[in-house]
Amino acid sequence: MTTPREFKYVGTRPIRHDGVDKVTGRASYGADVVWPGMLHGFVLRSPHAHARIVSIDTRAAEATPGVKAVLTGKDLPETTATIALGEAAIDLRDVGDNMLARTKVLYHGHAVAAVAATTIDIAREAAEKIQVVYEVLEPVTGIDRAIAADAPILHPALRTKGAASPGAAGPTNIASRLEFKRGDVDAAFAEADVVVEREFRTPMVHQGYIEPHACIARCGEDGRAVVWCTTQGPFVVRDACAAIAGLDPAHVKVIPSEIGGGFGGKIVVYLEPMAIALSRKAQRPVKMVMGRDEVFRATGPTSGSRVRVKLGAKRDGTLVAATASLWYEAGAYRGSPVGAGAMCALAAYKIPSFFIEAHDVVVNKPKVAAYRAPGSPIAAFAVESVVDEIARELKMDPIELRLKNANAEGDKAPYGPKYGPIGLKQILEAARNHPHWTSPLAANQGRGIAVGFWFNAGMNSSATVILDTDGSAAVVTGNPDIGGTRAAQAIMVAEELGIPVERVRPGVGDTDGSGYTDLTGGSRVCYATGMAVIRAAEDVRDQLKARAAQIWNVAVDAVGWENGRAIPPAGTEKAEAMTVAGLAAKMAHTGGPIVGRASLYAPMAGPAFGAHICDLEVDSETGQSKVVRYTVFQDVGRAVHPGYVEGQMQGGAAQGIGWALNEEYIYDADGVMENAGFLDYRMPVASDLPMIDTVIIEVPNPLHPYGVRGVGEVPIVPPLAAVANAMRDATGIRFTELPLSPPRVLEAIEAASAVSVGA
Amino acid sequence: MTVTKLHIETTINGEPREFLCDSHETLLSALRNGLGLTGTKEGCATGDCGACSILLDGRLVPACLVLAPEAQGRAVTTIEGLSSGDALHPLQQKFLEHAALQCGVCTPGFIVAAKALLDAKPNPSEDETRYWLAGNLCRCTGYDKIIRAVLDAASEMKESAI
Repeated sequence: MTTPREFKYVGTRPIRHDGVDKVTGRASYGADVVWPGMLHGFVLRSPHAHARIVSIDTRAAEATPGVKAVLTGKDLPETTATIALGEAAIDLRDVGDNMLARTKVLYHGHAVAAVAATTIDIAREAAEKIQVVYEVLEPVTGIDRAIAADAPILHPALRTKGAASPGAAGPTNIASRLEFKRGDVDAAFAEADVVVEREFRTPMVHQGYIEPHACIARCGEDGRAVVWCTTQGPFVVRDACAAIAGLDPAHVKVIPSEIGGGFGGKIVVYLEPMAIALSRKAQRPVKMVMGRDEVFRATGPTSGSRVRVKLGAKRDGTLVAATASLWYEAGAYRGSPVGAGAMCALAAYKIPSFFIEAHDVVVNKPKVAAYRAPGSPIAAFAVESVVDEIARELKMDPIELRLKNANAEGDKAPYGPKYGPIGLKQILEAARNHPHWTSPLAANQGRGIAVGFWFNAGMNSSATVILDTDGSAAVVTGNPDIGGTRAAQAIMVAEELGIPVERVRPGVGDTDGSGYTDLTGGSRVCYATGMAVIRAAEDVRDQLKARAAQIWNVAVDAVGWENGRAIPPAGTEKAEAMTVAGLAAKMAHTGGPIVGRASLYAPMAGPAFGAHICDLEVDSETGQSKVVRYTVFQDVGRAVHPGYVEGQMQGGAAQGIGWALNEEYIYDADGVMENAGFLDYRMPVASDLPMIDTVIIEVPNPLHPYGVRGVGEVPIVPPLAAVANAMRDATGIRFTELPLSPPRVLEAIEAASAVSVGA
Repeated sequence: MTVTKLHIETTINGEPREFLCDSHETLLSALRNGLGLTGTKEGCATGDCGACSILLDGRLVPACLVLAPEAQGRAVTTIEGLSSGDALHPLQQKFLEHAALQCGVCTPGFIVAAKALLDAKPNPSEDETRYWLAGNLCRCTGYDKIIRAVLDAASEMKESAI
């Protein structure tokens, strides 16, 4: 065990380098650019949730003055390519079909054609002239209908992958089923003193990034394409565009714009290959920008769900057995995050015997996309609600119950590997010792606690550090910066080279200007790309030491490095320590420019836990509730820029509170979303929330030079149950369906008081 | 060819400007597409997110709900008009110091809306600030650092005014 490193810049809060551009309105996002000669693209979308496309007649649109290109699914090749994404893979056939339907439309808002014209008004009017003949089919609007014996089938060729239920064969809407098990569950439940079983439901919810999807693309006569777009993964966009538009990936360059939020929803492509294909037809650049209703109807969301959880405990609080049955909506194409949900469900607890089954179910709703710790919040809502009920049955403090069963270093995670150092017990102890936990509650208030887990990701990253003759440095990676990662990367370079953080220029490269880097997601940027940045800076330092050795005419190994200076070996004549700036000034005479580089694949990451305490005040006359106090505890490994680490914790909590209290996709019987706008899809606003207190706990991740784990995803996992547990505490009612919106809460309160009056 | 565009004369960030627009065009579109002022963002086009907050004759409005011809003869302030010379507006500076932005796309709207708040009420309480800014959506920050930045800017502006 080495002694903890002392940091000079890590843990400080410099002003982010891209900040002035963002507070002055100069930063360029997806929709902010204009290219000469550019056309505007508009997408025609399905008015039906489920229908066969009989025919599409585009002649009237094509004949409209100002229209330069019209596109339908038939214009694009059908690809079988996939893109590796950690454990999962993106099926580009489905992504292409989702972007532009070929034979069937599978949700209301599914794209069927696109028009490029000289103005957006002409494009819109021309699109309305496209004649689409549909054979309307019954929509499958939820899990219950999807798995019924007489359910309409979305994909006739779909068969259940994995551990199919006995007797299951033939066409189905269950895309996959998997199982995890340990021990003898039935015997273990027989040993339990207390058993609680509940079934939970959550609706689809959207990532809710404020910037709609937008791109501009041009494709020339030589088949070479350039795309500017708002994305979390420029290399994903490049490879997806090539496969879906039928281009050589060698001929596609993707330039990521500033990105106005993603949360997982800006990984797959919805517009970019269409813009390329339109541009290829029109031979002019094509810009495409979604409206908010299109964002709701045709991008994101994450799964609606049905989850049944059963836990058994001994009288002393020891959890002995668990079963969980998870059903997640995938939307129109397979690929819900139910597998991750199943792996996360029991990650916090040492439970000797369990059985978990997970089902991926296709329905006539938008194809789900990743959303911050995909799958984990839904599972945690169910499990942490039942843990709360166990604590109530046993009359045990819910933190003590969790501490008694908490996994620690060396324990085997339910999903397989042994945990390294993890901070679950530390966060629970911090929560127990925090004044929030023991502060008095006012009338009509309740308090809830819940924990949450996320794996965090590693994967491919590259970084380049470029030294300038004045001793300043640029650092370039391929990760779009959503939440302040450039500031963190500048801190890392400053730390390694000993130069002021303000003299580091962090940047985001395009797909030709940076080494291959997996997407901004999985809480991986500060961890995996950060590791590449540190190594690239070390590479610069090693080259500087070699230059110093050359100047001093000594062996490289004899050169030391302290506080940003090369130190000559003792007794070297006429040699004084040289700063980075001093060595940089001599680059031209000691071998030329210095560029440091590093590329790596981080096979593992630093799994992390958070615990949230929520105080909720409920108005029993209206059902309205309000979060009055909220504290987030999280093991982040190491906070490189604590301001942006706190920001992740606060923002994730706010999203989770919205999921718990108000957000939901509301559908009518025809499968049409009824609330596709920010007025009716109610995300938290400033007056809904209190200050969100944060407690950063640092249990260093041994896989990272500074101990970084990743921070962004964990904080959305606990709030659903933390809020529901607070609602239980305030009202005495266990809610098993989200959101806890005023009508639902009021109905339950009235039903409960009717029962007590009747009794 | 008949003339279909309207000719609008207005003042934007203190400077006289003129532009052509369709009668149904929004001021947001005219600012972003005609005048190149892309600091004002479109998040919803229905007046629900506040990303396009501007001041029209000093009054806070979402530019997506204003028709471009309505700018005739009036004074428009956008995010591009807040900093003066080489100095940021105190709100801009405090947003940076408090790490009150993550993705940054809602930031211009928040800063313009907060300016309108401080113009009307130089010393707002936390509650007043939260309700005033309830028309601006931020999905990244949970609002905590935004509210702190606005309150800090208010107290600094008050001090420098003394």
